[in-house]
Amino acid sequence: MEIFSIILYIILAPVAGGIIAGADRIITARMQSRVGPPIMQPFYDVLKLFSKQNLVVNRFHVDYVLCFLIFTVISGGIFFGGGNLLLCIFALIVANVFLVLAAYCSNSPYTLIGAERELLQMLAAEPMLLLTAVALYNVTGTFDISDMLKTTHTPFLYIPGVFVALSYVLTIKLRKSPFDLSTSHHAHQELVKGLTTEMAGPSLGFFELAHWYETILLLGLIYLFFANMPIVGIIVALAIYFVEILIDNINARIKWELMLKSAWIVTLILGVGNLFVLYFLSL
Amino acid sequence: MDWATFLILFPLIPTVLLLFTKKNYEAQKWIVIISSILIIAGSIGLAIQQVGRGGDFYYINAHAVNGLVVFGDIIVALVFLYICRNLPYKKYWIPLLVVVQYGLVIFYDLTGRMPEMSRYIYIDNLTVIMGLVIAIVGCLIAIYAVGYMKKYHHHHHGIEDRSHQFISAIFLFFFAMFGIIFSNSVAWIYFFWEITTLCSFIMISYSRTEEAKNNAMRAVWMLLLGGLAFSFGIIYCADTLKSLDLQQILTMKKALVLVPILLFCFAGMNKAAQFPFGNWLLGAMVAPTPSSALLHSSTMVKAGVYLVIRCSPILQDTAAGAIVAIIGGVSFLAGAAIAISQRNSKKVLAYSTIANLGLIILCAGVGTPFTLSAALLLIIFHAVAKALMFISVGSVDNATYSQDIEDMYGMVSNMPMLAVVMVIGISGMFLAPFGMLISKMAVLEALATRSPLFPPIVIFGGSMMLFFWTKWMGHLIAVTNKVPPKLNKEIGIEWIGLAGLAILTIVTVIIYPLIGEWWVIPMYGQCPMFSENIELTIGIMIVMMILPPLSFLIHWKNLVYTEPYLSGVNLEDKTKFLSSLGTSKEWSFKNYYLEKYFSEGKLLKPTIIFTICLWVLMFFMENL
Amino acid sequence: MGFLKKSPWILHYDGSSCNGCDIEVLAALMPKYDVERFGIINTGNPKHADVFLITGSVNEQNIQVIKNIYNQMGEPKVVVAVGICACTGHFFAECYNIYGGVDKAIPVDVYVPGCAARPEVIIDAVIKGLAVLEEKQKNMKKNA
Repeated sequence: MEIFSIILYIILAPVAGGIIAGADRIITARMQSRVGPPIMQPFYDVLKLFSKQNLVVNRFHVDYVLCFLIFTVISGGIFFGGGNLLLCIFALIVANVFLVLAAYCSNSPYTLIGAERELLQMLAAEPMLLLTAVALYNVTGTFDISDMLKTTHTPFLYIPGVFVALSYVLTIKLRKSPFDLSTSHHAHQELVKGLTTEMAGPSLGFFELAHWYETILLLGLIYLFFANMPIVGIIVALAIYFVEILIDNINARIKWELMLKSAWIVTLILGVGNLFVLYFLSL
Repeated sequence: MDWATFLILFPLIPTVLLLFTKKNYEAQKWIVIISSILIIAGSIGLAIQQVGRGGDFYYINAHAVNGLVVFGDIIVALVFLYICRNLPYKKYWIPLLVVVQYGLVIFYDLTGRMPEMSRYIYIDNLTVIMGLVIAIVGCLIAIYAVGYMKKYHHHHHGIEDRSHQFISAIFLFFFAMFGIIFSNSVAWIYFFWEITTLCSFIMISYSRTEEAKNNAMRAVWMLLLGGLAFSFGIIYCADTLKSLDLQQILTMKKALVLVPILLFCFAGMNKAAQFPFGNWLLGAMVAPTPSSALLHSSTMVKAGVYLVIRCSPILQDTAAGAIVAIIGGVSFLAGAAIAISQRNSKKVLAYSTIANLGLIILCAGVGTPFTLSAALLLIIFHAVAKALMFISVGSVDNATYSQDIEDMYGMVSNMPMLAVVMVIGISGMFLAPFGMLISKMAVLEALATRSPLFPPIVIFGGSMMLFFWTKWMGHLIAVTNKVPPKLNKEIGIEWIGLAGLAILTIVTVIIYPLIGEWWVIPMYGQCPMFSENIELTIGIMIVMMILPPLSFLIHWKNLVYTEPYLSGVNLEDKTKFLSSLGTSKEWSFKNYYLEKYFSEGKLLKPTIIFTICLWVLMFFMENL
Repeated sequence: MGFLKKSPWILHYDGSSCNGCDIEVLAALMPKYDVERFGIINTGNPKHADVFLITGSVNEQNIQVIKNIYNQMGEPKVVVAVGICACTGHFFAECYNIYGGVDKAIPVDVYVPGCAARPEVIIDAVIKGLAVLEEKQKNMKKNA
């Protein structure tokens, strides 16, 4: 593991994540024929949140949110430090579990339903994330990200199905419509703000920060499909994010059943199917 | 060798002693504690002796002992028939199961058809780890049982206090378990095998209610099916292979021994409650909780997976092995899925046991050194965490008179220590960097290179586990102001078991590289989980896991307390809101159980039919 | 620290009114006026909001709700009463169940007259509220 790149990730990821979030808001505004906020707006928002009163429902709530942030950073650290991809995804799951626990701990009906929906989102999305790791292993022969980057062939050419399925599931992980069941970045929803309802001031700031770290990590996952072509990889990662924004803007929220079913079907057909094809071709 | 003999024979002493301690809790307590310490010391002594060593055979001239085993077989058979005395006429096939299997085995014994052998005891690292698990986890449960049974009779009035028999049965169980793992003769294993069935009958039928009797009977006949397969296996070994030496059988040609090995695997998976036989384990939850803890974690089901793992060298790279793995995988998926729809905490635990054992069977069926080392890790971590979960559920039951997960909402406010112990247990079951997840990761790494069928099974099952464990954990840690109507917080000697297992859950994760170095690697070679990089990362994550409990001790200075958002219609009482009619109403929240998709009714039948088909297919394939 | 000024998140509550001002507030959030240019976001949740935008007057049913929501907003916060009903109660003022303007329930920082208030004025009022918000933040720091 390289300490240097981990430190770089910890410092740069929120900057990049914030700028991506800002660009996201501008692009979204343009798609709705609005002007939109300045690109630095997400930073203003988060800095404002940290200057606000620390309003809590009980004293454990902030701790769980903080753990969510810490484990997201650990997960990203494992990823960008070139560690084990499986461990990285498991750390991300731990982070997510802490977020759900934060919601449970607050004892408020809206966050509780948000927590339950977040669990459903995890149920829908986690299989594909782990399957991506397995698929990348099948192509590159290693779970270590540092070794994956040394690969000479393009994983995407072997596992395009996995790539598409991951992009589908990415919508869930990025909390974008139509899969923003547990909480959303936009105004009102039927659950107020879902599992972030009880987060106020600094704790919401931690949540936003963690989300930026997460976004960068997930885009990094996309990048791995083009590990041997750095520039193409970055372009594709950004293009995928643009597609996510587009999907976000042209879809209304759907019910959990459709989310779960569709995500699993996509995972099974495109993800697992791709693995089988790969297996039989290599026989 | 000395240690092994000690471990097998010593538990008989407390078994007998405890029978004379009716209602004498003080005597029970001391007998249990002292013998537990001795058993644990024995297992550790054995483990130390075995560090870094391969498998060792021990030769005994066991003519006399063999006679004893035959005599024991006859007695066990008679006891089984005695149990069946009150059965309705229609169930004549249950005693028939006993008569057929014991008739065969005893006939062969008495007519001298059983081949001679000399290597009666075999000890290797698998045995050592099993021994440690049985001794340490089992004895902590035994100590817990003393305190638990006292309270159990406190609030179950109609039931006669036979707790001395119950605890005595626990030690008989240890005797049988140690017998299974140390014996190298399949005839001996069979003798101990049936004793565990008998013990589980005694435990499940403890309360003597109609339901308990029915479930105990169901357990007996289902387990006797396994016994039947086992006895056929023995006869096959004696007739065709002319050997009862398990290690010798395992070195024979695959084609030759596949039939008896499959019969043994059938017995093992039957005992490990794999589908289609999951039902006996589910029925076992009517028993007092310590017995569930024992059956589900360190004994009984682990005897089943132990046997399958023992047989796995033969299964490796055969079609039969693949089918064994698939049955394990199906049990893993079905168990995890059905657990989502369960509200009763003991049922959730039961299904998760079936699921996790399925994963172990899957590993054993694939049978490469990597998967086997992952299976070993699974055995260790699962035993500890599952035992902890069961006994803490038992304590909650004693305190609140409920096993419903919904009633555990806000437990951290009412019984903080117990809630913390449970959170540790649940984390141990599914969260990185705790044990089960380390093992699951090992499984995934080991399977990734093989057929693409298995990784998705592990991944989907794992995700479903994540769902039901997290929602349970969330219920525990919710901070409320509600106090349940009945609450009896007093927990006495049970704390030894609770705290001991909670500490073990954490300690096993910290020392798992050592477990690997001392026992797993000498046996199965390098395992992906024991590389320095991974150990370092897991170490970092463990340190980070200590953060949340620490941060709870720090009081943030500038916190401003407020009430949860209830659309502005909050009332003074935080559990209520102002309804549109101007009256106050309580809000409540229940977890999602997704019964539309994951209910028992929907999934159980197809799973059972499917697995039965797989078994039939497997035996057909071997006969062709 | 001027970040508060750059990201005022509003919470919109409609009391006893004809919904005219209500619609104007929403109009301000729509593409034509696009208040997100100034970083203004309409949150549905008092815990996230900095500016409490109330249209309509206070009556027996909603007085406690308004107080609750106000109490659940984190400091520093600003209350903007939009429309004449929110300022004084206007022609609802004489009704049997009406207390009057928003200031009967909670302290109001900015009053926006008009029936209905125009979107431009509403945006102006929020901007004006920002000055009050900064003032409050300074006081908060001084007291802390």
